Amino acid sequence: MTLGKLLGGAALALVFAGAASAQELRFACYQDGVECDVWAEQFKAFEAENPGVTVAIDVVPYQSILEGLPVQLAVGEGPDVGRVTDFGGLAQFMLDVRPYVADAAVIEERYGRSLAWARVGDNAPDGIYNIVDQLTATGGFANKTLFDQAGVAMPAPGASWEDWAAAATAVRDATGVDFAMALDRTGHRFAAPAISYGAAYFGADGEPILVDDGFRAFAEQFVAWNEDGTMAKDVWAGAGGGTYADAAAEFINGNLVFYYSGSWQIGRFGRDVGDAFDWVATGGVCGPAACTGMPGGAGIVGFKRTEHPEAVGKLLDFVARDEVQLAVLAQTKNIAANAKLQAEGVTYTDAPAPVTAALATFAASVPDFSPTAYALQGYRNNRAIFTATPARITQAIVGELTMDEALERLDADVAEAVAASQ
Amino acid sequence: MLGFLTRTRGRRRADLTDWLAWAFLVLGVLLMLGPVVWIVLSSFKTEAALQEYPPTLLPLATQTVTVEGYADPLPLYRVTEGEHAGRTLAQVRRVGLVAQMIDPADPATRLDVNIAARAPVRQVDVATENYTALFSRFNFLLYFWNSTFITVVATILTVLFNSMAAFALSKYKFRGRTVVFLLIIATLMIPPTINLVPIFLVVSQLGLVNSPWGVIWPAIATPTGVFLLRQYMLTIPDDLLDAARMDHASEWRVYWRIVMPLSAPALAVLVIFSVMWRWNEFLWPLIVLNQAEEFTLQLALNSFQGELQTSWSNLLAMTVLTLLPITIVFAILQKYITQGIAQAGVK
Amino acid sequence: MQPLARLGGWLYAAAFDLMERPMLAVQRLVGVQNVAWAFLLPNLLIFGLFTFIPIALNFMYATTGGDQLLLWERPGVGAENFASLLDCESYLDPNSCQRDLFWRAVHNTGWFVVLQVVFMVLFALITALILNKDLPLRGFFRGVFFYPVLLSPVVVALIWKWILQRNGVLNAGLESAGASPINWLIEANWAFFWVVFISIWAHMGFYVLILLAGLQAIPADVYEAAEMDGGSKWRVFSRITLPLLMPTMVVVLVLSLIRAVQAFDEIYVLTGGGPGSATTLLLQYIYDTGFAERPRLFGLAAAASILMAAVLFALTLLQLRATRGQAEGR
Repeated sequence: MTLGKLLGGAALALVFAGAASAQELRFACYQDGVECDVWAEQFKAFEAENPGVTVAIDVVPYQSILEGLPVQLAVGEGPDVGRVTDFGGLAQFMLDVRPYVADAAVIEERYGRSLAWARVGDNAPDGIYNIVDQLTATGGFANKTLFDQAGVAMPAPGASWEDWAAAATAVRDATGVDFAMALDRTGHRFAAPAISYGAAYFGADGEPILVDDGFRAFAEQFVAWNEDGTMAKDVWAGAGGGTYADAAAEFINGNLVFYYSGSWQIGRFGRDVGDAFDWVATGGVCGPAACTGMPGGAGIVGFKRTEHPEAVGKLLDFVARDEVQLAVLAQTKNIAANAKLQAEGVTYTDAPAPVTAALATFAASVPDFSPTAYALQGYRNNRAIFTATPARITQAIVGELTMDEALERLDADVAEAVAASQ
Repeated sequence: MLGFLTRTRGRRRADLTDWLAWAFLVLGVLLMLGPVVWIVLSSFKTEAALQEYPPTLLPLATQTVTVEGYADPLPLYRVTEGEHAGRTLAQVRRVGLVAQMIDPADPATRLDVNIAARAPVRQVDVATENYTALFSRFNFLLYFWNSTFITVVATILTVLFNSMAAFALSKYKFRGRTVVFLLIIATLMIPPTINLVPIFLVVSQLGLVNSPWGVIWPAIATPTGVFLLRQYMLTIPDDLLDAARMDHASEWRVYWRIVMPLSAPALAVLVIFSVMWRWNEFLWPLIVLNQAEEFTLQLALNSFQGELQTSWSNLLAMTVLTLLPITIVFAILQKYITQGIAQAGVK
Repeated sequence: MQPLARLGGWLYAAAFDLMERPMLAVQRLVGVQNVAWAFLLPNLLIFGLFTFIPIALNFMYATTGGDQLLLWERPGVGAENFASLLDCESYLDPNSCQRDLFWRAVHNTGWFVVLQVVFMVLFALITALILNKDLPLRGFFRGVFFYPVLLSPVVVALIWKWILQRNGVLNAGLESAGASPINWLIEANWAFFWVVFISIWAHMGFYVLILLAGLQAIPADVYEAAEMDGGSKWRVFSRITLPLLMPTMVVVLVLSLIRAVQAFDEIYVLTGGGPGSATTLLLQYIYDTGFAERPRLFGLAAAASILMAAVLFALTLLQLRATRGQAEGR
């Protein structure tokens, strides 16, 4: 009886799978804002152009993209198309759509820098795997009203991390708010100042060398800032392991002077801060070696396991089009990854003045990012670095490990990760 | 000190121990229900109101007034100091540290007020948009149905299979009984989270990915259920069973007509646990179900969680929505549930 | 309600009729004692597929390395995973271990289990004794104490996170009372306190009900006899109530111990194991290593879970032996 039912369940599942439309593409999509909704709108045009092909969007939690999707793909399950962020980690499952696109050269020209993020491992060096629809850049936000109230001059563009730390602390003390500075809890945000302090991340042979003098310099500075209260200790010490945490709520609440996060916060600040105070994007913050931020992003990719590679290829071709990207970006209020749109600029729909200004500041900072930042973003095992960094640095902040021990463990963690993924 | 604890029932005389007991219970009610009530209240606040510190008990928002000459309603503020102190003014806009305000009665005159010298006039404002935003985004009924289907089917199968196994382990003496029991006990100790990957391999080999059965089958052979039921069935006297056998009852009849009804309290406990487990399950469905039409309520509600942003307003509304069905069921069946557990525990 | 009950009764009878003939045939075929296997079969089949096979696979994972998910693509490494987990200069100092986080998790889990079980059983006992008094609204109070048991771990964690956050209602209360606010989840000791507190909050109700049932099963005449003898209340409690309650206490201890060792979800959402690794328990270490972090070290996670299961199994056997007289003898 049990076996019968078991098989019955299995057969039922198969029947359902087979009954689906012959050319239905399943699209596993996560969203920070309204990305999936906007894409659903756009795909109507795609379906009109390609009769017989339909796109079914499954809006899933980000955790499902991060934890469920790789497992599904490894055993040959999963969707046809996905919106993902871990390009390096999923690269082995991605479909090269070069044979199916109308003009590969144009796509190369528009998306060259982010295309490189999926060209790792055994993937073709000229393959087209991913179309980034949400380019992100890390950078600072300052609460201008607090600066005005404190009568402290806001550091000019090109100011260093120390300048901002000194100014933000002065503002905090003058205005009585809780926090001077905060940085999101991830190795990705940490990497920007670390590179600015001279961290190379990679050796001459292209292999990761995480802890060098530059990395150590910023790590020590960062821990010291956490200890003396310059940095909001809550953000990093408030969690364990590689867990992500941000300080957006504190900034929105007017309780934080300087917040180092990224361009994805702009839309939210525009909506939630409203009229409460004036805020500005600061652009890149400088260290002794550079003034870089970190690029990043989410993009749409096809998977090898699909039964309709040509339809997937056409879909990615559609997604890459200038006018489609423009329409989507205008509504999602993200920075363009498309070089042509970057140069021409995007007009955002219904965006208040501070939002437009901040988006412009961030977009302008992207071309100046250090090559190291791009290399790190495109590195296959970067997630290992991004999760190990907060885990170990936090241990140093709360005193479980000394700085030396923490950095030593950090190096060992990353070395092990690299060895395991070979 | 502990003396009051031993008083038996049936003696009514309000003394110190009674007062202490009452104090304890009142404190307990506050501690047990307070946090939940606080969440429910908070879930009706706007995102801006949620960020306020110190928090207000009720959801409040700035009162607005419609003034001639201005299209949008203007927020009202009470001026606390300076030359306009004590007046209630409407704010037109804020520029840096200065708010441009007008008196609604005299909209022509513009007054400049330092932003630190004004406090918003507030009223209760229930942010139902936290909920409507959730509902408008997805097909609530479909996900509710999916969750209900999985919960009900899994619970029926759990009760059936576990009680059959418990019956075998408690009422028969056969070779290998101890081994089977020990194996089951051993798995009682192993949290399923550990085996996530291997179980997924098995489920995908069976073709159950993206099917509710992929959630149901792995969940139903609970060692806890077998253990609980077996311990309870041990207390059912064998004489009863033997008497039935004398009357030529089949083993199946003994099980279905005698042991099952007698185990009702323990079965009730298992039903409650199973419903709770399946309804609240998140991690496993997250991995097995990735097509929207198969999502459970927990998954659908969590599809609001992006990579980079979490907003408390959505999160709180979601939390309240997930605890609501189980709270309603509990409120209705409270008496039976607590009595069921109590009876199953005592035997 | 009435038609529903009738429908249920009808279904119950129908299920009986459906299965009676086949089961009778089996019974004739194999004999009365062996019919037990037929009763066991469905459960064992599911167990085999979704528990025993995965556990066996887990053993195989434990002896392989790399980050590939499929077993046949993974290189064998022998006992390396176990060796690295057990590689310590001193087991009391996690910093001296190769896998410092594993040993921190072991230490945290040990403390957590002891504190959580002891205080939960204590509070559950006090609550049960009070609810055993003949007070008005007893049913209501019983329900209230049980209610948190029904909430999902994620909901429990979110509720408390919302209260304990820096700008939460608890700090607001402290400040209005003139005290300075505390970073509840940032300071290691406080974070650990709340983790213990919240898991007691969430699970105590269940044990209260079991203890209450145990108390109500003690016949009233036992007390009356004791009071006639003029024993003090404390004496009655320690000489009569407690010993008679002992079998129930054993059930409570066993169940709560198992739960405590497996604690994971609530803490994961509440503190993420932080600050640092102050509230990282074993299960979270395994989940992080094998699932949440990149690359996924399935082998290491599997090895850690096997070590954990071995210890747990030993504990269970000890418990079964210790409680056999009380649990089965009745």
